[in-house]
Amino acid sequence: MSFLEIRDVHKRYGELEVLKGINLKVEQHQVVCLIGASGCGKSTLLRCINGLEAISGGEIRLEGDRITGPGVDLDRLRRKVGIVFQSFNLFPHMTVLQNVTLAPIQVLGIPRAEAEARAMELLRRIGLEAKAKAYPDQLSGGQQQRVAIARALAMDPQLLLLDEITSALDPELVSEVLNLLRELAAEGMTMLLATHEMSFAREVASKVCFLYQGVVHEEGPPEQIFGDPQQERTRAFLSKIIEAGRL
Amino acid sequence: MNPIDPKQGRSSAPSIPKDPTSLVLWALAVCALVVLLAWSVLLNLYRILERNHLAGVGVEVLLVLVGLLPLLLLVPVWRGLRNAGQARAALAVKDLITTRVKATEAREWAQYAIGYGAAVLLVFLSVQFLLANDGAVGSTFFRLELIRDSFGLVLGAFWKNVWMFCVAEVLILVWGLVIAVARMIPGRAGQPIRFLATVYTDAFRGLPTIISIYLIALGLPLANVPVVRDWRPEWLAILALTMSYGAYVAEVYRAGLDSIHPSQWSAARSLGLSFSQTLRFVIIPQAVRRIIPPLLNDFIALQKDTALVNVVGVIDGFNQAKIIASNKFNLSAVTTVAILFMIITIPQTRLVDRLLEQEKRRTRG
Repeated sequence: MSFLEIRDVHKRYGELEVLKGINLKVEQHQVVCLIGASGCGKSTLLRCINGLEAISGGEIRLEGDRITGPGVDLDRLRRKVGIVFQSFNLFPHMTVLQNVTLAPIQVLGIPRAEAEARAMELLRRIGLEAKAKAYPDQLSGGQQQRVAIARALAMDPQLLLLDEITSALDPELVSEVLNLLRELAAEGMTMLLATHEMSFAREVASKVCFLYQGVVHEEGPPEQIFGDPQQERTRAFLSKIIEAGRL
Repeated sequence: MNPIDPKQGRSSAPSIPKDPTSLVLWALAVCALVVLLAWSVLLNLYRILERNHLAGVGVEVLLVLVGLLPLLLLVPVWRGLRNAGQARAALAVKDLITTRVKATEAREWAQYAIGYGAAVLLVFLSVQFLLANDGAVGSTFFRLELIRDSFGLVLGAFWKNVWMFCVAEVLILVWGLVIAVARMIPGRAGQPIRFLATVYTDAFRGLPTIISIYLIALGLPLANVPVVRDWRPEWLAILALTMSYGAYVAEVYRAGLDSIHPSQWSAARSLGLSFSQTLRFVIIPQAVRRIIPPLLNDFIALQKDTALVNVVGVIDGFNQAKIIASNKFNLSAVTTVAILFMIITIPQTRLVDRLLEQEKRRTRG
């Protein structure tokens, strides 16, 4: 039994079928990278895993427990599965500290003082202790994204989903976010990330999955996917990435 | 592409500007006309004041001073003439740049004079309107001693309007939000609630406020509805206003809630916050900031509509003024209440504009 098991997952929006039978396994402490062209279903898959989108077929299991379909307590699931978005989605009317403490206080019922102490610890870790009282629009994109990661971590998730979290950042701000992910990976955080940062994927991933037209077209260790891809589509995709100078 | 021949491609000489003189002369004519008209209006005013034994040295000095004001229009006209002359002189010596600059300045001064002339004209025409019929128009609306004598009474009754809209606004803020949230309740279980809320907003937005006041404030006691039948008409009117404006404000809230980007819902729900927690901590606080301007607009409309309660016999500012008006056969007391309404609403209107301007700057920056 894998930590996260995705079995033949389909997702349709009306006529459009975005996911056409995804199969994927993620073990604890693994970092799994989803790569593929825009629109191949990476983000949709991540949103399905923590219930932001309902799937149209198949099933997803977390620690053997089915987390899709009727009767699932999504609020409870989401305490275990955190997600970080491409566009940060911080709450603009709250300070950094309030962003990070809102869910622990309201969802987990942790007393405010304790939640704030923990949040300050997280902020210290991401190097933004001094910005605790700042509002999101006073921060740079990289800082906002690190706060968004801290906000997800404050719930102590067992699985962290990261949806192209560096795509909206200026190039010089990407590294500060990737460094944080490296630390998390080194600490054994289980992560599933959709990304266009191929060298990063190559460096930290336990497994890389190439999504093509709504299915996992090829998967394997990063050395294989990047060094010796077996499938024609994978090779074509990677050669375009290399052409663009991204690998 | 062929290279442009600098000799043929475009003319290097600046074009000769149009002569501004005729425009400036037009400005002179307009301003002269305005001055003459202003003087004739003031003369008319003086005659009426004299007939009513209100003329005195002070009044005469004041009228003369007011009469001098339109002469200021001649300043821009004079500048226009001077610049037009300079433009012609420069053209004579083929100094095209200076010609252009001076001609433009002359035109600007002439337009300036015409613009202000038109404004002054409108002011004096409205004074003339009040003086029409030997001052009958003016005295119908602005009989000063009547305004003075009735002011206390009208102001006292006007407090009832202020009190009613203050109470109603608090109730509407709560009620509107309840309806707006009811229209958003998700799922199949929420369907009947959503339907009822929609029916309510449609009904009360389609119903003229004056009719809903009439039906509720007269109808409920007439139908002997328990509890409500013992309410004073003021409270019934407040109930009617709340029902009516609650529907509008619910729509304002709903637009505000809808305007929050879905990614905020995703972010909040993904952290494990429930639907109601998301509304309470994330969506409503952000929406409220955005809806303050349209909300204030609705409240300004509500404040004015408190004057409608006179249809059920509540003695508010307008009703009191109407009583005085019919006793004295003169509308000056109604003018008082009209001015009172403007005094309280105009600052709010300005505030709305300021807030909208701020919001625009914020979202642009």
